[in-house]
Amino acid sequence: MIATLSGTSILASEAASFSVLPALILVPLLTAIVILLLPANRVAELKLTALAGSAIAGAMAIWMMAAFDKNDAGFQFVVNQPWLESMGLNWHFAVDGISLFMVVLTGILFPIAILATEPHHDPKPYYMWLMILMAGSFGVFMALDLLLFFVFFEVVLIPMYFLIGGWGHGQRIYAALKFFIYTMTGSALMLVGIVSLALLTASRTGNALTFDVTQLAEAQALGTTAQRLIFLSFALAFAVKVPLFPLHTWLPDAHTEAPTAGSVILAGVMLKLGTYGYIRFGVYLFPQAAHDLAWIFLTLGVIGILYAAAVATMQKDLKRLVAYSSVAHLGFIVLGIFSLNTQGLTGAVFQMVAHGVSTGALFILVGWIYERRHTRQIAELGGLQKAAPIFAAAFTLVMLSSVGLPGLNGFNGEFLILLGGFQAARWWTVFAVLGVILAALYLLWAYQRVFHGTPEGDNATMPELRLSEGLVILPLLFLIVAMGVYPKPMLERIEPSVERLVAHVEANVEGFSEPGPERVPEHPGDARTLMDKLEEAEANADLGEESDSHEGESDE
Amino acid sequence: MTVLSDISLQAGHLVQATLFAQTTQPVATPTIEWLYLAPIIILALGGILLITLTSIAPGARANHIPTLFTVACGMTGLVFLPVIAGRLNNLVSDAAASGTAARPSVNLVSSALVVDHFTLWITGLICVAVILVALVLDGYLGREGLECPEWYALLLISASGGIILASAEDLIVSFLGLEILSIAVYVLASLHLRRSDSQEAGFKYFILGALSSAFFLYGIALVYGATGSTTMNGIARSMEGLNAAGLSPAKNSSMVMVGLAMLLVGFGFKVSAFPLHIWTPDVYQGSPTPIVGFMASAVKVAAFGGMMRVFLIAFGGTFASDWRLLVMGMAGLSVLIGSFLAIVQTNIKRTMAFSSIAHAGFMLVGMYAAASPSAAGDSGRRAVLFYLLAYTFMSIGTFAVITVVGRQGDGDHSIEAYRGLAKREPILAAAFAVLLFGQVGAPFTAGFFAKFRVIAAAAQVDETGGYVLAGVAMIGAAIGAFLYLRVVVAMFLDDTPSVAAGLAHAAVAEADGAGGHADAPDDVAVSGDAVLVSERVLVSDQALDVPPLALGVAVLAAAVTVLLGVFPDLGAGVLAEAALSLVR
Repeated sequence: MIATLSGTSILASEAASFSVLPALILVPLLTAIVILLLPANRVAELKLTALAGSAIAGAMAIWMMAAFDKNDAGFQFVVNQPWLESMGLNWHFAVDGISLFMVVLTGILFPIAILATEPHHDPKPYYMWLMILMAGSFGVFMALDLLLFFVFFEVVLIPMYFLIGGWGHGQRIYAALKFFIYTMTGSALMLVGIVSLALLTASRTGNALTFDVTQLAEAQALGTTAQRLIFLSFALAFAVKVPLFPLHTWLPDAHTEAPTAGSVILAGVMLKLGTYGYIRFGVYLFPQAAHDLAWIFLTLGVIGILYAAAVATMQKDLKRLVAYSSVAHLGFIVLGIFSLNTQGLTGAVFQMVAHGVSTGALFILVGWIYERRHTRQIAELGGLQKAAPIFAAAFTLVMLSSVGLPGLNGFNGEFLILLGGFQAARWWTVFAVLGVILAALYLLWAYQRVFHGTPEGDNATMPELRLSEGLVILPLLFLIVAMGVYPKPMLERIEPSVERLVAHVEANVEGFSEPGPERVPEHPGDARTLMDKLEEAEANADLGEESDSHEGESDE
Repeated sequence: MTVLSDISLQAGHLVQATLFAQTTQPVATPTIEWLYLAPIIILALGGILLITLTSIAPGARANHIPTLFTVACGMTGLVFLPVIAGRLNNLVSDAAASGTAARPSVNLVSSALVVDHFTLWITGLICVAVILVALVLDGYLGREGLECPEWYALLLISASGGIILASAEDLIVSFLGLEILSIAVYVLASLHLRRSDSQEAGFKYFILGALSSAFFLYGIALVYGATGSTTMNGIARSMEGLNAAGLSPAKNSSMVMVGLAMLLVGFGFKVSAFPLHIWTPDVYQGSPTPIVGFMASAVKVAAFGGMMRVFLIAFGGTFASDWRLLVMGMAGLSVLIGSFLAIVQTNIKRTMAFSSIAHAGFMLVGMYAAASPSAAGDSGRRAVLFYLLAYTFMSIGTFAVITVVGRQGDGDHSIEAYRGLAKREPILAAAFAVLLFGQVGAPFTAGFFAKFRVIAAAAQVDETGGYVLAGVAMIGAAIGAFLYLRVVVAMFLDDTPSVAAGLAHAAVAEADGAGGHADAPDDVAVSGDAVLVSERVLVSDQALDVPPLALGVAVLAAAVTVLLGVFPDLGAGVLAEAALSLVR
């Protein structure tokens, strides 16, 4: 693998198809096997192996991003091999602008999660499951065969289940079972949907049975009722995963009880399976149904934003608060997706990455607080800023990015979502904006209670951020700022694919109009418009949001 | 299997070409084709020989000789399969060379039995089941002090009955096979002489089984009365004749319908499908564990084999609409009842009994599709056959592990007994986890593709009922996942430390109670239960005696489960031919 990596001078072209995508899955998988063969008491070697494996995979993902042809809106790095020929199954992997950053995010978060914390017992199976989880996460974002996607969608449950159940806190077994059963039940009907879609398409078009996503999307052979029902069978599975209100109740338990690395991956990568699924499969395969039923998801998304924000405000446990903030943020992403326009969808994809980075960082920091103080109860913490100012500074930055402060990554995505949402679904967006304010409220309030004031007892002696920890969190802090200040490299890769998707939707929806009343005509391919709007908005919003940050400061 | 696949692939196109033509030349004299009968003869004669020889030479009774003998019988049976498959394909090519058309199927002994690729598939599965169960039985009998060759002899005889049932061309012969299969299993169920549970199980199984056999026999009588024939093709022809005369049998012959329902009772009982599943938990709980593995695999395979032959050939085609709805209801309810009731069980053998009901339901979903006259029919038949293959390995492997963990006396079957198994027996626990995830239907296991094929076939029927049934089955499966996960939790996550460590841990937890929250395991966090905890630890901390053969069976079954999950196309040619045999 390293040998192939050294050949990075090759640009994205024929030569680049040395099949980096299967390699992304195989490297963590082989690492897992190596870990399995190592003796269980060699803790340092185990961690090093896991780190090396995940770092190589991460580097390959980043290389892939560099080699990605940003002018090509279609699928790149395609690998297509037959699997179960009699049923038309293929090992079909590829990435486009939408899945590219999900893969990169996976590649970045895993090594960081491995570095950030160590398991308190049994390191061998811990690292093995993490590596299997990494392989599965790559697979699920790259699969372009519906059944292959389903296979990976289910397979990531198993390592996550063991991670939560084996290395979690308190109610870990309850949380792990709840997580597994919720997701499994949610996706049960999706398999029926997948099979029905493939069979109906094959019988209507007269082509051979295929589960290939692009072919199924192009065929569009279903009647309205069938399309809606099958879309809903997919949507249910994704709604559990996102999670959408009212199916979110597994999430606070799973996130809170999971070990830090588990929470990081769960929030950073696995929640995105739901939103990614809506974009790649929901909207792409069933444009008409997604358009007709968008109101359901807009409504549930907005309820999720407001409800989760309200619940988060009242949380006593810091980690649970972060978990609920995820529900709210994911609600925004769903809003963006079902706006079904370029801004909304681009914002959704961007926000998926942004949320992964900042929530991942938040979970790492909360995990470190727990390691130091053995409590996550907000009431038992206080004044940590005095004891650990650098720690507090890092926390502030991450928290502000989660709030959506202009100049940080959380803002760009949220803004694009609101922009798209306002054009397509005005009233939903109006309510969603309240969520932005609430996010500032609960996060700043929590920050104030945990970090401000005079430290008492153990809080006064809380250890400062160590250098090693600083180095772990630094890449995430860098990404938070970089994605906020200079989103162009990401947006210009995301947008062509999103525009292709929107064009697909417009072409396949009868009498297309966005779910809302009016629609501003947009010139597809004009990336500058979006960038200009974003910069303009940042300038304006800087003024608007100042009151928020002042609020935070005045409490000091 | 792979050899078989090679041979059959060579002649595959010929089979295709001559698929729908048939030769209905009556056999002039009842010549006996020994080669085609070889598997049945080897197993039946093997059983009798085993008893005879061990009575003559009592020295061979103990030790591992009966095991070896049984495995050898099973292996010999398997070796004959590719040979027979080659002969069947030669028949077709010879016929094609002389300008006539033939099917890869031979009627034997005056049309009492038929040997085709479907028979071979079922025979193969039953032989595999015999081999694996015999290997598990070896360690089991040694541990229980019950070593005697009768177990193996009954196993062999029962297996021969199973093959007869699946290859019967005549309903009377079906009944014969069913009884040979069942009576031996009744005895096996009660053969653990020191456990009253085992006696009870055998008795219960016998009484209820005899009742279902009576239904079956009465069903044969009624069908004979209505159609004037007891052979599959004879019945089918008679039904076609009725149909051609404008008399749809379903509406006009309540006699056929009642007979059909009674046959379904007989088969439903053997495969333990709702509502004929009531015996399953009790019998599974009481019977010797390796024998339960045999019931769940070979008996189910044989019963499904017989059921497919009777229902798809004699009552197949256009007449399937008469019974499809019934099978559909049985399928959906079996999956739901099996999954839901399994959740509340605390005994793992009862849990697995309900899980086997759910699996039977899944296979019946495949039967529902198999009955469809459209292309879904072929998918359905293949789905059921693949499911049988996957489930044979998964269930025998599962019961091999349960046998080992059951400890001496075969009584330690609470889920508690699995606590911390991963720490003490990592290989056994890992194999068990793979098998359990296979039964859940997790990806990259045979169970996934078994479920996928069944669901795909049900959806392919393209009726509202098919979609609903597929949805119900999947939801049942998702709920059923809980029961398997509970065992996995006990093995991997809920690790109980040894007594000393456990008490020390509890002390630490209590000491920490004042300060912060330590990550104490749930069971010691409640200090009031300390005594209870330590008792339980004592039980499950007894050194576990793992016979290498049983461990080997579990690992092999797990390996096959994964292999079929990663390469689901293995043996696809054989599977396709076996499924094609059921087209009349």
